[in-house]
Amino acid sequence: MIDIIIGILATFGALFVLFAAIGLVRMPDTYLRISVTTKAATLGVGLVLMSTTVYFSNADVTSQAFVIILFLFLTAPVSAHLIGRASYFIGVKLWDKSVMDELRGKYQKNTHILKSVVDDTPEDNVDHTKMDK
Amino acid sequence: MTLFEYLHFIILPVLVVSAVLILWRFIKGPSIADKIVALDLLITTGIGVIAVYSIIYNQSTLMDTALILALIAFLSTVALSYYLEKRKRK
Repeated sequence: MIDIIIGILATFGALFVLFAAIGLVRMPDTYLRISVTTKAATLGVGLVLMSTTVYFSNADVTSQAFVIILFLFLTAPVSAHLIGRASYFIGVKLWDKSVMDELRGKYQKNTHILKSVVDDTPEDNVDHTKMDK
Repeated sequence: MTLFEYLHFIILPVLVVSAVLILWRFIKGPSIADKIVALDLLITTGIGVIAVYSIIYNQSTLMDTALILALIAFLSTVALSYYLEKRKRK
């Protein structure tokens, strides 16, 4: 019975990691890739670590695995936001079928300040034309 | 089929196939941000592989390595994105 629970947890974990890898290959855009990997891979690795807690079932491994899961859940959104912000500033192009870019004209390229309204200094904005295909 | 055979012949190959797919994106990736994302995900997949290995070989000590890898993944992503943002555009 314990073996079945471990197998189910490990199966779902490996499947979510595989889905994250397929999404990383198939998605057309850097921002969509960040959006896929930061959710699915965290859930997958969390499930695999839960299977280790079920297998060993003592306090050492359980506390350690929960520390790892907590750390992943805390740091995955932070790192995804940082890399998304950096890739927006260096001018990574959006997908050509993207319907909206809410940050258009609000991030200033030189000062890195986010403004709430679009002002009339277009030469200072980050260049974000769509992909040229 | 015992649990160890299942982990060894089903779960580990699935994780390895996903690692190979991530490595393909890491080599190909059009921008450098794609490569940083792929590196982060590759280390995260390594945590899963280490967890499965700790079950197969019955070594709970390997979980220490998984914790260190989680720390290194976050630190490398933060440092690389910081320098990516601060460098001068050519």
